[in-house]
Amino acid sequence: MNCFSVKNLNLHYGEMHALIDIHFDMKYREITALIGPSGCGKSTFLRTLNRMNDLVEGCRVEGSVRLFDEDIYTMPDVSMLRKRVGMVFQKPNPFPMSVFDNVAYGPRTHGVRSRQELEMIVEKSLRDAAIWDEVKDRLKKPAMSLSGGQQQRLCIARALAVSPEVLLLDEPTSALDPLSTAKIEELLRELRSKYSVVIVTHNMQQAAHISDKTAFFLLGELVEQGDTKELFENPRDERTAEYISVKVSAPQAACAAPVDIPARLAG
Amino acid sequence: MRGVFFVAALASVFAVGMICVFLLGSGIPTIKEIGVANFLLGTDWSPSNVPPSFGILPMIVGSIIVTFGAVVIGVPIGILSAVYLANSCPSRLYRFLKPGVDLLAGIPSVVYGFFGMAALVPLFDSSMLSASILLGIMILPTIITLSETSLRAVPGELYEGAVALGARHYRSVFGVVLPAAKSGVIAAVVLGLGRAIGETMAVIMVAGNQPRMPEGLLEGVRTMTANIVLEMGYASGIHRQALIATGATLFIFILLIDLSVPLITRGHSGSRLLRLLGRARKGAAT
Ligand SMILES: Nc1ncnc2c1ncn2[C@@H]1O[C@H](COP(=O)(O)OP(=O)(O)OP(=O)(O)O)[C@@H](O)[C@H]1O
Ligand SMILES: [Mg+2]
Repeated sequence: MNCFSVKNLNLHYGEMHALIDIHFDMKYREITALIGPSGCGKSTFLRTLNRMNDLVEGCRVEGSVRLFDEDIYTMPDVSMLRKRVGMVFQKPNPFPMSVFDNVAYGPRTHGVRSRQELEMIVEKSLRDAAIWDEVKDRLKKPAMSLSGGQQQRLCIARALAVSPEVLLLDEPTSALDPLSTAKIEELLRELRSKYSVVIVTHNMQQAAHISDKTAFFLLGELVEQGDTKELFENPRDERTAEYISVKVSAPQAACAAPVDIPARLAG
Repeated sequence: MRGVFFVAALASVFAVGMICVFLLGSGIPTIKEIGVANFLLGTDWSPSNVPPSFGILPMIVGSIIVTFGAVVIGVPIGILSAVYLANSCPSRLYRFLKPGVDLLAGIPSVVYGFFGMAALVPLFDSSMLSASILLGIMILPTIITLSETSLRAVPGELYEGAVALGARHYRSVFGVVLPAAKSGVIAAVVLGLGRAIGETMAVIMVAGNQPRMPEGLLEGVRTMTANIVLEMGYASGIHRQALIATGATLFIFILLIDLSVPLITRGHSGSRLLRLLGRARKGAAT
């Protein structure tokens, strides 16, 4: 069954047509990478999947986005949708509270009150996010005191703590050093057995390394979607071929690119 | 050129220093002369009796209760307004509400006093309650403006992070955004406190000003500020000195309020003393 199935999706920011007629499918427990040049609409698309675009004034969405055959834009309770579809942002955004409270924030939001149960969830989520060993002795410390890489894994743990069905990640490693990046990539490879994941990345190696499927965006259109290996080795569309060849032959530029993104677009 | 800036910066420090020297320099010897206990804990203020009696405890209590009342009324309303203005308000409504708040800040206190006499005194008499309500309104713009600024300074990613976990708007705002703005909001409350305890004219017009221990919310009360203003015009000798000492006491209260800020905001971290000193310098300058 398709985890996400998107048809005829169009999105406007006021006058600007940011997503044009997108068709997109994603299987259960698969990792899909979204690639494409800056400003092509990857983040925008990602944010249509948990309706974060509802927060943007003047943003209009048309078409259908189905999560396990349920149209998410007609769901009565958008917070339930966001519980089922978790999100991790480009810049680590730990809340100004302790490590424990950060992870417990989601479960508490959804009504978990028992201390014992919370402790269980927090430990499990931190283990799943491969950060338990580093923070188990400082659960009461402010989350801000962690390193950037640790903060990002904490944010992943926080997202996992509400047991989402899908995890959306928007360039989760672009603000991190190579070592933290490697840790998170490894973590994502492990998560694929338990979660369906969509990840935006500017890093071709990362896409090739961790994803099952890849979708290439250009100027608001989804140009091509397919098996990652297939798409990288035998792209069907020449625009894909061109983008990949440039990016792969200039990996330095590929790594450097995300740094230039204005924070406004990073969403 | 740098010298000019330095001198300009020194001016305010110099002013504070002069105020300190004047108030404490003439206040503390007077307090000693009257007797610390007689002055601070005495409940009888009868400057024209023979012998006179200068107990300002009723005024201290009056100032504290009226200020506390203002905080109880003004802080919740102020913080809720700030949250609404910063995080929930449609922009069309904002353009209408925000100037309203700004206008509130610009109204002279004597006008507030008239408003209190016309609207509050008929309901609650000249009393602590009237004064508290009026001061609660007067500190609103301070609290709203500063809290709103610090709420707006919280990165949007925090709010989005909470929303993305399925938290609803108000849970995200109160659970994540407001705590992130905590130190700014506390500073706003403290400034409001300072304004309330130092307010004079409006209080005189609605508080009744009886220099005796207040016994209920609907009783009249005299604050330290009112005490000074009401009697300074004709006081002389030790009476005059006692009023200056009242001012010194008020000044010390304001210093204490300012000093308490770092203790509240950063309750349990290491270099508390350093921050306390830094804050003391800043506090003295405001
Ligand atoms: N809130 C917004 N309001 C108006 N336009 C927006 C908004 N967010 C994004 N856009 C526009 O929509 C287009 C797609 O932006 P988006 O952030 O989705 O790109 P992206 O592919 O994620 O880019 P990057 O790789 O730089 O993150 C851009 O042209 C951008 O200017
Ligand atoms: Mg983006």
